[in-house]
Amino acid sequence: MDATLVLTQLLNGLQLGVLLFLLAAGLTLVFGIMDCVNLAHGSLYMAGAFVCATVTLATGSFLLGILAALPAAFAIGVVVEVLVIRHLYQRDHLDQVLATFGLILVFDTLVHLIWGPEGLSFPLPPILNGQVTLPGGVVFPIYRLLIIAAGLSVALAMWVVIARTRTGMLVRAGASNPRLVNALGVNIQALFTLVFGTGAALAGLAGLLIAPITEASIGMGNEILIVAFVVIIIGGIGSVRGAFVAALIVGLIDTLGRSFLDGAMKLVLSNQAAETAAPAVSAMLIYILMAAILYFRPQGLFPPRVR
Amino acid sequence: MAPPGVASALARLRRGSRDRRSLAGALAFALLAAAPLLTAWLDQPFYLDLATRILILATAAASLNLILGYGGMISFGHSAYLGIGAYAVGIPAYYGEYSAWLQLPLALGASALFAFVTGLVSLRTRGVYFIMITLAFAQMVYFAFVSIEEYGGDDGLVIDLRSETGGLVDLESNPQLYYVSLAVLALVTYVVRRIVRSRFGLVVRGSRDNDARMQSLGYNTFRYRLACYVLAGTIAGFAGFLLGNFTSFISPEMMDWTRSGELIFMVVLGGAGSALGPLFGAAAFILLEEFLSGFSIYWPLAFGLILILVVLFYRGGLDGLLDRGARTTRSTGSSNPSSREPERCSTDPAS
Repeated sequence: MDATLVLTQLLNGLQLGVLLFLLAAGLTLVFGIMDCVNLAHGSLYMAGAFVCATVTLATGSFLLGILAALPAAFAIGVVVEVLVIRHLYQRDHLDQVLATFGLILVFDTLVHLIWGPEGLSFPLPPILNGQVTLPGGVVFPIYRLLIIAAGLSVALAMWVVIARTRTGMLVRAGASNPRLVNALGVNIQALFTLVFGTGAALAGLAGLLIAPITEASIGMGNEILIVAFVVIIIGGIGSVRGAFVAALIVGLIDTLGRSFLDGAMKLVLSNQAAETAAPAVSAMLIYILMAAILYFRPQGLFPPRVR
Repeated sequence: MAPPGVASALARLRRGSRDRRSLAGALAFALLAAAPLLTAWLDQPFYLDLATRILILATAAASLNLILGYGGMISFGHSAYLGIGAYAVGIPAYYGEYSAWLQLPLALGASALFAFVTGLVSLRTRGVYFIMITLAFAQMVYFAFVSIEEYGGDDGLVIDLRSETGGLVDLESNPQLYYVSLAVLALVTYVVRRIVRSRFGLVVRGSRDNDARMQSLGYNTFRYRLACYVLAGTIAGFAGFLLGNFTSFISPEMMDWTRSGELIFMVVLGGAGSALGPLFGAAAFILLEEFLSGFSIYWPLAFGLILILVVLFYRGGLDGLLDRGARTTRSTGSSNPSSREPERCSTDPAS
């Protein structure tokens, strides 16, 4: 176990954490402001990946793919909000879970219908395809560094918008008392739609960023969505800051657990036992972390202030 | 107080709905008891398979109904117990141990233990936290089995022989497995009914409607809810034991979180908080799936749309149809889960 390997895995964990944050930010906003559970958030992640892949393959430009996929994810989010989600805000969580579960089936089948059962992969532009040597002798792919940079800038931008702008102020006000904000003459419905669309665009961004590495495939959002849920539970549902911190924690722990746990377990267990147990334990690590945190803080690390 | 005439009319209506319901229940079980004869006569073993699947999933749905419908605990991780129960058949079988008297206690014990440990954490939370935590715990089991290469990992495990009961019943025979599943479902339906009407069940239902009030009445509602949660998990583990025997093949896919969503849909489709709802819901779900998948490989599209439309426009479930007439007399509205969780948690996204 040498230092460069640890550093590489730290960066990989950071990259996973940043992606998780992009997904979790939308989820936690939609929950915190509209009090709505959206299982179909992963479908928007998938939509971003597929639109980007299609446009990139057609035009040969990854940049055009990004420029097409972000508005597309936003637009899909707005349409879904107006047609379905909007009618669920006043319903109980069970109804929200069921209806958005139905949305997942619809999205997965639509993607199957449009793009076929196979996944869609596309190459990175040559300029992003290389590797750089970082200080300390760590060799790391440029594109993964780009993902980290993009995620961190989005996090910063979100903080500026929410804490420093008028829209952000309305969002915060809408979260604490939507009726009052409405009575003060703000179109709260439009604000909700905007927030949902923004969350969708962020999910789409996460999807299109990962697409060149994995590929765009049906149901790609369904598994990572659960991890995003773990993130917002650990962070405290409704808190963007909590989502950011928790996303980085989960990303790092998951990545480091998968790479170093069997080595650590071999110190205390026999080689064979460690090799059998380590993959299972490292797969369970973030859930065990979640359980431990919830046992002591049932509201998560940064519980939203309830008025 | 209502005038005596109105009161007796209400009582008649209520009795009417109960009669209709017991009649529907008796009819359903009579029909189910005759199913193997019918499918043998029609020479359609496939329909017996379909019916067995309905019975097993109805048992799982009935256990979910106990916590979701009556207890207001929206567990999104119920398929984990199906998987645990099924692996309790598969893993001993992998080592050549086929006795049901080892596999069944293992299935029930492991499910109860998992429910107890996860319940300790998840029942401390409410509402959406509870949904997501149960979901995450189920996903944990899923990934654990995916990564255990010894038991097939992602590819699953073939069970070469079904459980041996020492001559009591022969589970290798499909009709006998069917009747065992039917007996289990009948037993579970009866037990759930008895529990719901007992003092224990009243405390759990009271905690669903107003937990603070139950606590101030002196009940330690956490313990009641935990006991209910463990019981439901154990029953679902039993269903998993049957499912493992029925499919003779187990894979982590069985406990995919979408399976949990399907179980919730069955409960809601049948009418959350009604004794026969899970059976109706499971039957409607599986028959609908079978029917739609006959048309096109794109059937989940129609299925998803139906699901969304059911939620948006239709409340109360199939079982609710049986007592449309008596609806106004039911003040607590067990078929209407939406009256729960009125408190809206206001949050600050910037915090």
